[in-house]
Amino acid sequence: MQRHLISAADLTRDDAVLILDTAEEMARVADRPIKKLPTLRGRTVVNLFFEDSTRTRISFEAAEKRLSADVINFTAKGSSVSKGESLKDTAQTLEAMGVDAVVIRHGASGAPYRLATSGWIDAHVINAGDGTHQHPTQALLDAFTMRRRLVGRDAGIGRDLDGRRITIVGDVLHSRVARSNVDLLHTLGAEVTLVAPPTLVPVGVETWPCEVSYDLDAVLPKSDAVMMLRVQRERMNAAFFPTEREYSRRYGLDGDRMARMPEHAIVMHPGPMVRGMEITAEVADSDRCTVVEQVANGVSIRMAVLYLLLGGNEPAVTHTRPPVAHHPSDERSAHTPFTAEEK
Amino acid sequence: MSKTLIRGAKVLGGEPQDVLIDGGIIAEVGAGLSAEGAEVVEAAGKVLLPGLVDLHTHLREPGREDSETVLTGTRAAASGGYTAVFAMANTFPVADTAGVVEQVYRLGQEHGYCDVQPIGAVTVGLEGRKLAELGAMHESAAGVTVFSDDGKCVDDAVIMRRALEYVKAFGGVVAQHAQEPRLTEGAQMNEGVVSAELGLGGWPAVAEESIIARDVLLAEHVGSRVHICHLSTAGSVEIVRWAKSRGIDVTAEVTPHHLLLTDELVRTYNPVYKVNPPLRTERDVLALREALADGTIDIVATDHAPHPHEDKDCEWAAAAMGMVGLETALSVVQETMVDTGLLTWAGVAERMSAKPAEIGQAKGHGRPVSAGEPANLTLVDTAYRGSVDPAGFASRSRNTPYEGRELPGRVTHTWLRGKATLVDGKLT
Repeated sequence: MQRHLISAADLTRDDAVLILDTAEEMARVADRPIKKLPTLRGRTVVNLFFEDSTRTRISFEAAEKRLSADVINFTAKGSSVSKGESLKDTAQTLEAMGVDAVVIRHGASGAPYRLATSGWIDAHVINAGDGTHQHPTQALLDAFTMRRRLVGRDAGIGRDLDGRRITIVGDVLHSRVARSNVDLLHTLGAEVTLVAPPTLVPVGVETWPCEVSYDLDAVLPKSDAVMMLRVQRERMNAAFFPTEREYSRRYGLDGDRMARMPEHAIVMHPGPMVRGMEITAEVADSDRCTVVEQVANGVSIRMAVLYLLLGGNEPAVTHTRPPVAHHPSDERSAHTPFTAEEK
Repeated sequence: MSKTLIRGAKVLGGEPQDVLIDGGIIAEVGAGLSAEGAEVVEAAGKVLLPGLVDLHTHLREPGREDSETVLTGTRAAASGGYTAVFAMANTFPVADTAGVVEQVYRLGQEHGYCDVQPIGAVTVGLEGRKLAELGAMHESAAGVTVFSDDGKCVDDAVIMRRALEYVKAFGGVVAQHAQEPRLTEGAQMNEGVVSAELGLGGWPAVAEESIIARDVLLAEHVGSRVHICHLSTAGSVEIVRWAKSRGIDVTAEVTPHHLLLTDELVRTYNPVYKVNPPLRTERDVLALREALADGTIDIVATDHAPHPHEDKDCEWAAAAMGMVGLETALSVVQETMVDTGLLTWAGVAERMSAKPAEIGQAKGHGRPVSAGEPANLTLVDTAYRGSVDPAGFASRSRNTPYEGRELPGRVTHTWLRGKATLVDGKLT
């Protein structure tokens, strides 16, 4: 694992699988009466949010608290891009306070990368979404959700998503979720297809490790998971598509379309959903839709990431069986936080 | 004024010759000239060029003296081998009146490092709505002949047409910053493979090319001449090539950084690489080099754009656009054009001195290195190799993309009308 988590593209297959496996361990904590581990006791983590995102912030906060970290929430909404000093000065203030990790959400693509590489700060940097660039923990929680549903909760340990066919639908152009997922799912061996109107596909997409289609109906029968992206209503005014209704007819997911998917296939959405436009209530509320699971899994994934990056001094989970049994390969067990050397 | 003998310099890269400067004029050029009464500059192995002329410099004064002043900017110019620079109009206040352009002109004359020829704004406040007093700026002491809203595009086709027509009255030229504004809303870098991956707003090539296509057609229609600033794409080259073949009176410039750097560098998210127009792809870079070699692109212009540290030491989206260039331009041209065999030193003299002086009508600049001509000269140690250290820059700003990069060539001497402004790499 690297010091920071900036982009899903920075993760190797083994890194990613290690995070997913660790998240399975973390998920067990949520099933206990006392949902707390002492792992990050005495460590300070700042949630530095230059952009509104209650869901992501709360998810990180829950993860941090379950690991017993001291949590500071810093909301700098509005001041972000107007003048660049805000990021640097804020970073240095946090550095002076001895912060161990910064979870940053920023409206500008590349801001977490700058924070991690400019020498402004020594703490670990975790990207909680930057502009239209990356949102790596979202991709990890999506992959975690897919592995649980498509491979199996326990059967999935140590495994990737080899050969699974994932379709991502909607505003790819402005979506950090799409970028992160394409990178990570490819690393995990899945075949990704992006489906969107041509106006919402970035110029240059041809070098991405995925297929691109403009025809949702043609792709659905070949999909193991369909991930719907949020479409912001203001895109309509910028002429990305003619009307909401037309978008919905061509790229919305309704019951009829869902019926064309294989029986085992799941429907995903990073939330918040715009019901009626990109997804109908019928689909959103069906058993095949994993939105609520994704939220729960987000906490487990973020616990795993924080744990692995901050290299806790305590074992993450007290096991009744030796956890290395989950990691048969020597190479992976050298990385695992559960080995004796690291205790 | 005392005499100077430049001994054994390769004039325009040719055979070694002696050049005698006397009283601001080149008195004699030949072999074995007498050094009597003259200060001797030993120039064996070095290349002597006419003083360089930059048609595109931002001096920032008045208004942003924290990034550059006429003094610091012209010292940077002299360090880079320039004897004349054209100062862009996007100052505060904007150079859209006779008063402002005269002030800038006068400061250049007073400081004496390099002639400063102000460029006048095309429209009032660079706002693109109302023509500035182009005639008054031309008739002022500054004698403005080049007009540009650089930094912004004159995107209104009618305003552009009128400007092109109007400057015909006094032989002026409109220098266009070709950037279709709607196509570049939110633009942060070249639109393509890298922008798709980085999630930065794309600046598509067509935003430049569509304006150039429109403007050459307008120039043809009204029988005027147009100059294209910092052309940056392979497609733009094709349009200019077509326009020239059709007899349209168009000239074009390319910056050193567009001859060397590509958008791959933006992967660092380091705003030192943020510039307008943005760094393009390798294919574009190669097309620009070829076009400069074959004359489709007429000149190299620096687009020297100084910014204070705090405007670059931030996240990419918040950073200012631009890079400094006066002090590294000749080295970059040597690396990309001369050392690659695309251009001779005589070709460099044409594209960095004679032609820009001609386009901007800078009198006494860009002249041949021969007896009777004004002694505006630059001596270059072309064998030198060293890494760029911005700490040594004369410019007030340090936003160079070449920090730590090895570049060939070094200007050792610059003479402005016979007076040395740079001696052995040190400003006088």
